[in-house]
Amino acid sequence: MMTALFVMAGIAIVLGAALGFSAIRFRVEGNPLVSKIDAVLPQTQCGQCGYPGCKPYATAIASGEADINKCPPGGEEGIHKLAELLGVEFKPFGEGTQPKAKAVAFIDENVCIGCTLCLQACPVDAIVGAAKQMHTIIAPECTGCELCIAPCPVDCIDMIPLEENIDNWKWRYPVYALTPAQ
Amino acid sequence: MSKLYHFHGGVHPPANKTQSTQTPIAQAAMPPRLVIPLHQHAGGTATRPAVKVGDRVLKGQVIGLPEGRISSAVHASTSGTVTAIDLQPVAHPSGLPALCVTLIPDGKDEWIEHHGTDYRELPHADLRHLLRMAGIVGLGGAVFPSDLKLHSGQQRIKTLVLNGAECEPYITCDDMLMRERAAEIVRGAEIMCALLQAEVVLVGIEDNKPQAIATMQQAVATGQHENIRVVAVPTIYPGGGAKQLIRVLTGIEVPYGVRASEMGVQCFNVGTAYSVCRAIAHGEPLLSRIVTITGNVQRPQNFEVLLGTPIAELAAQAGTKPDTTGYIMGGPMMGVPVPSAQAGVIKATNCLIASSPALFPPAPPALPCIRCTRCAEVCPADLQPQELYWFAKARELGKAQEYHLFDCIECGACSYVCPSHIPLVQYYRFAKSEIWAHEQEKNAADLARERHEFRQERLERDKRERAEKLAQKERAAAAAKAAAAAAPPAPAGDSAPPAAPAQPAADPAQALIQAAIERAKAQAALSKPKNTENLTPQQRAEIAEIEARRAKIREIARPDNGQNEGP
Ligand code: SF4
Ligand code: SF4
Repeated sequence: MMTALFVMAGIAIVLGAALGFSAIRFRVEGNPLVSKIDAVLPQTQCGQCGYPGCKPYATAIASGEADINKCPPGGEEGIHKLAELLGVEFKPFGEGTQPKAKAVAFIDENVCIGCTLCLQACPVDAIVGAAKQMHTIIAPECTGCELCIAPCPVDCIDMIPLEENIDNWKWRYPVYALTPAQ
Repeated sequence: MSKLYHFHGGVHPPANKTQSTQTPIAQAAMPPRLVIPLHQHAGGTATRPAVKVGDRVLKGQVIGLPEGRISSAVHASTSGTVTAIDLQPVAHPSGLPALCVTLIPDGKDEWIEHHGTDYRELPHADLRHLLRMAGIVGLGGAVFPSDLKLHSGQQRIKTLVLNGAECEPYITCDDMLMRERAAEIVRGAEIMCALLQAEVVLVGIEDNKPQAIATMQQAVATGQHENIRVVAVPTIYPGGGAKQLIRVLTGIEVPYGVRASEMGVQCFNVGTAYSVCRAIAHGEPLLSRIVTITGNVQRPQNFEVLLGTPIAELAAQAGTKPDTTGYIMGGPMMGVPVPSAQAGVIKATNCLIASSPALFPPAPPALPCIRCTRCAEVCPADLQPQELYWFAKARELGKAQEYHLFDCIECGACSYVCPSHIPLVQYYRFAKSEIWAHEQEKNAADLARERHEFRQERLERDKRERAEKLAQKERAAAAAKAAAAAAPPAPAGDSAPPAAPAQPAADPAQALIQAAIERAKAQAALSKPKNTENLTPQQRAEIAEIEARRAKIREIARPDNGQNEGP
């Protein structure tokens, strides 16, 4: 009886020491939750969530300061993913926040005066140009954040919705009537 | 006779092949209009148009130049005039239009200058380039650029498998090609074998094609190819799947998520071997292919068809029956409905089945899955189709991937046997394209994150550098002031206090600063305009006026100045 107790106590001490040691030795640097949340966010960097970019929003969610339904570009799917990651209830978008179809910016190059204002607004450096030179969008790198629209003094930037074409077409979810077995 | 192996599962649907093998391959009539899509290979992006509207083109002239690594050229199938380069309906299940070149044939069928080469005299890289520029892609239906596959990667390719199994019902184009053009297929195999430096070529043909087996064996014997063997394989669907045929011929089981080439085997369709031969030995790019036209037509048969021939045009030559409602491209198991009969025949079109409600009655309504696992019994990829269905239906895409969704070859064997008539393959296609889209979105997000972080860092750095410069300037100014205070009174007439060079400075640092100031002064003197002395009062007045204007302009421009700095 006594031996058993000693053995059990011994095991408990050894394992506890091992746990304590590994907690110090293998401590994860930084906040892994923030990067996990950031990985789910669409990286549009549009600031529609009220934070100056996706990472700050991720930090705010991680600290419990922000809700998970503030990111329109992520769509409802994004909210589902966040809910799953954080183990919380799905929360629909509030009034007024609705996701839009993905679009990319397009500069009307005949109108552009080369003021570089949009260049400074673009969060992902997707616009090329220089002072008094025409600017243009690198379409594959544009996240569709719309941040370049407002600063343009001549209103030469438009958002062009990405249309479905043969290359980005997806097979549809099969729709057919399921009939119950007789 | 070498030993043959078996793959898991398989089904025996009615073959329906004899209808279209009664007559030899016919030459399809020249249509009044060819619609040639610029993207006819799998993956990659569309080719770049190499012609303009109004151009006269010759047969075999490149009209679409390959772009990027995964690409293959597109050619004018005959001589004529380009009348449009625009979006046209194409044979694609989406029903969406794609960029096509519309060509009105002039009836002369005038070739561009071309000549064959001896493959032994060219380096392999040149041969691959020739194939890319000749538009050679896999003609079994996958249309992946062949030049990329004819490459021994890290794993040396030991065995080249030529796929003449043609397991899917109704399709007979490979059968007829082997019967009629065996010698060229064998020559193509020889070229491919050389490119891959493979040791042995195995031609697998299902045993329901005795004539094709005989002619192929004959051709191999005539060509005295010791390393090419024609092997009859048992008829079972989908015995013509690449992994399945490799398994049967070599016994190699290609594991989940692994490509056959990683196991030292590469597989090509016999039609591809034929067009490799035409491209290298005759210098003819891929302009036409053999198409089986069958189903609801009066004279089912095989045609050699120019790429771009409108499907309706071709079907009419086989005598479309009036109750035809549409066309299926490919076979009844894996084929997809063609959204428009005006779409042109493409490199992937191996078979067109005219369908009618009598021939293919609508599927009975689907019932819930009863988990009978019949689908798992027949799955040639040894998957659990009922689980895949479950996950795809619930959109649990990660789970579906864990269950090797991407090893599904969409053969349709599972849907064929499912007693509940569930359109299983539709679910798998949906899940696959959904996963691809997610993957792309994720890549885009990762790129955006990277670029955003880089930008943030750059802005930070700029700020830091600017602050540093400012601090430096301030330090310098403070030091100069201190030096001025310490220095003896300056000689009269000059406002700046130049330190006497001979006098040793109290502090070496101050001496340095002093020297820097001297240098700056000297520079300022150098850059001063030289023509400002001895001016007339009138000129001075003018200069003053200009200076005033400049100052005013500077004043006006000031608010933008800060913003106008580039990032
Ligand atoms: S064959 Fe059909 S009913 Fe049977 S387990 Fe598979 S999916 Fe379910
Ligand atoms: S379609 Fe896919 S899951 Fe169904 S039998 Fe064929 S390989 Fe298996």
